[in-house]
Amino acid sequence: MSEKNGNVWVFIEQEGGKIAEVSLELVCKGTELAKKLGIKTEAVILGNNLDGKIETLFHYGCDTVYQVEDKALEPFTVLPYAETLVKMLMEHRPNILLFGATLKGRELAPRVASTMLAGLTADCTDLQIDDFEDKIAKKMYKNKLMQIRPAFGGNIIATIVNTWEDPQMVTVREGVMKLSTPDTSKKGEIVKIKPELSAESKVMHVIERVSAEKAVDLKKAQVIIAGGYGVGTKENFKLIRQLANALGGEIAASRAAVDAGWINHDYQVGQTGVTVRPKLYIACGISGSIQHRAGMDQSSKIIAINTDPEAPIFSVAHYGIVGNLNDVIPRMIKAFKAKA
Amino acid sequence: MKRQLMVFVKQVPDTKNISGEAMTPEGTVNRSALPAIFNPEDLNALELGLQLKERYGFKVLVATMGPPNAAEVLRESLYRGADEAILITDRSFAGADTLATSYALSCCVKSVKNIDLILCGRQAIDGDTAQVGPQLAEKLNIPQICYIEEVIDVNDKTVKARRSIEGGYEILETPLPTLLTVIDSNEPRPPSARNVMKYKKAKTRSELAKVHGRGTDYTDASDLLEEESKLRSKNLWIHEWDASKLSADIERIGLKGSPTKVKKIESVVLTAGKVVSVPPTEEGINALIRELIEDHTLG
Ligand SMILES: Cc1cc2nc3c(=O)[nH]c(=O)nc-3n(C[C@H](O)[C@H](O)[C@H](O)COP(=O)(O)OP(=O)(O)OC[C@H]3O[C@@H](n4cnc5c(N)ncnc54)[C@H](O)[C@@H]3O)c2cc1C
Repeated sequence: MSEKNGNVWVFIEQEGGKIAEVSLELVCKGTELAKKLGIKTEAVILGNNLDGKIETLFHYGCDTVYQVEDKALEPFTVLPYAETLVKMLMEHRPNILLFGATLKGRELAPRVASTMLAGLTADCTDLQIDDFEDKIAKKMYKNKLMQIRPAFGGNIIATIVNTWEDPQMVTVREGVMKLSTPDTSKKGEIVKIKPELSAESKVMHVIERVSAEKAVDLKKAQVIIAGGYGVGTKENFKLIRQLANALGGEIAASRAAVDAGWINHDYQVGQTGVTVRPKLYIACGISGSIQHRAGMDQSSKIIAINTDPEAPIFSVAHYGIVGNLNDVIPRMIKAFKAKA
Repeated sequence: MKRQLMVFVKQVPDTKNISGEAMTPEGTVNRSALPAIFNPEDLNALELGLQLKERYGFKVLVATMGPPNAAEVLRESLYRGADEAILITDRSFAGADTLATSYALSCCVKSVKNIDLILCGRQAIDGDTAQVGPQLAEKLNIPQICYIEEVIDVNDKTVKARRSIEGGYEILETPLPTLLTVIDSNEPRPPSARNVMKYKKAKTRSELAKVHGRGTDYTDASDLLEEESKLRSKNLWIHEWDASKLSADIERIGLKGSPTKVKKIESVVLTAGKVVSVPPTEEGINALIRELIEDHTLG
């Protein structure tokens, strides 16, 4: 129960000792939540040979890092990770537990939540602390984690609460929470743990593993040209590329364009893609569903090109061009080339 | 006995094609006005199951949890080549979050017994949580491999599969039974005309009762009982199981079995922003580009 006052925990994802960006973002958010609750921010990192790799977690606000090392924890496989985490959760009973909504996080968090009989909310776009009154059960809960996410079809925002025993668990996509400025003078406590893994947790064998860095890092792009279903065909996506090349930007897409197979998922912006905040975001043939807007509405300047003057994308745009992207984009390229 | 695998599928509202008619005057979505479809990645899971049937002779069982008319996705599965179908339906399952759902599904697996492989789509398009697969694996205390692209081999004891990981792929081997969640990595086959002819007559108990204007407790009606046994003998019977048939603990299903509660739901009201309207003409666009260069957004 929350009276027991566990801390805020962040599951730190790493690959070969390199900490995932989303984990740092969650440490920042976790620190904010912990301050409100008057508790500590603690991180748990699993892997092997992690010495010297974790100091950055203190710089972003962690008080404690549980450094759990074993050969069986590198590379990631779900069973030993889940078993280790569950044991630690039983022992420490954190109040809140945050996971990145990465492939690993989305495989691990539900498995752990299921053992813990804890609620789990996927892809939160905001987290707050508030009281919750369960009117049906006539019960009052103090200082609960409000787990906020767009839901069903996107026209609603749901606030979800875990009413069973802690931890209150959520996953959050990369880029949704902001990184604060690290303070390199900050230090904290490292607790080293050597887990005792059961034989059952070691039954999965990695036979081959091939991974490369992501093809794009949209979060770093200053100018993003995004194409949606209105682009019409895979072939026509070259228009988006041409505009990006001309303006020195990166291309991106809505989910409808990704689902149509015109471009790969690494380029998807939105609730289930990347969250971006570029200087300029040009949405071409994108209607502007809430899931898409969740990933781009913090951009400094937004231009929307859409044939439909009623398209919701115009509600977040700074400049609206009601027109056919097949005409508008070539004109933009021409105008920029003439001016620049 | 034939080796068995079970595919879990879900009927979902088609959130991708929200048309004007599905919107209320307040601008929110009217869920019941959306067409119900076979969750796309569950079709990939079914396709994988059917391929394993062809390769290794598995019997393919398909199950879904949902309202009585979710039987439609089961029939669609039979049309594509599934061997037997189970509808898990009970009012007491309503309001289930992913934890309560995975518990109910685990009861179904335990009732059937002797399942070597469980296949699920990675996620359903109505919630996109991708939680039910891993939670079901945990409830059954078996391994899971998520994001399956392809099954390389299944032998008596293990499955070897290729799955997607961040920036690449991984080949994993795990002992059976195992749960696999499948991504959009194969081409689901269309229904076969022969199967459609056969299985369009397949019915659940509720459907049979409805045709005769009866309740599902028709134990006194010999004509219905006879028809039921005929359907069963022709393999046209879609099992309909409720909480008691599954021996499910009522504390762990539906709203009661769900730790997450919805505090509030807000409709997203779009405020008309301070959008500057730019004409799509050459002049309009020239002026816009000039402005962006001048304020250093571009260039
Ligand atoms: C749980 C969940 C998570 C989701 N996550 C995401 C996410 O992360 N990212 C995301 O993008 N979506 C996401 N979606 C999907 C989202 O709801 C929308 O379906 C999707 O964003 C629509 O993409 P779109 O705007 O490209 O397509 P559409 O909605 O089909 O819009 C196409 C637009 O193009 C315009 N158009 C057509 N032709 C032209 C032309 N020639 N010139 C100019 N304009 C034209 C049309 O007027 C229309 O507005 C999610 C959905 C769910 C349910």
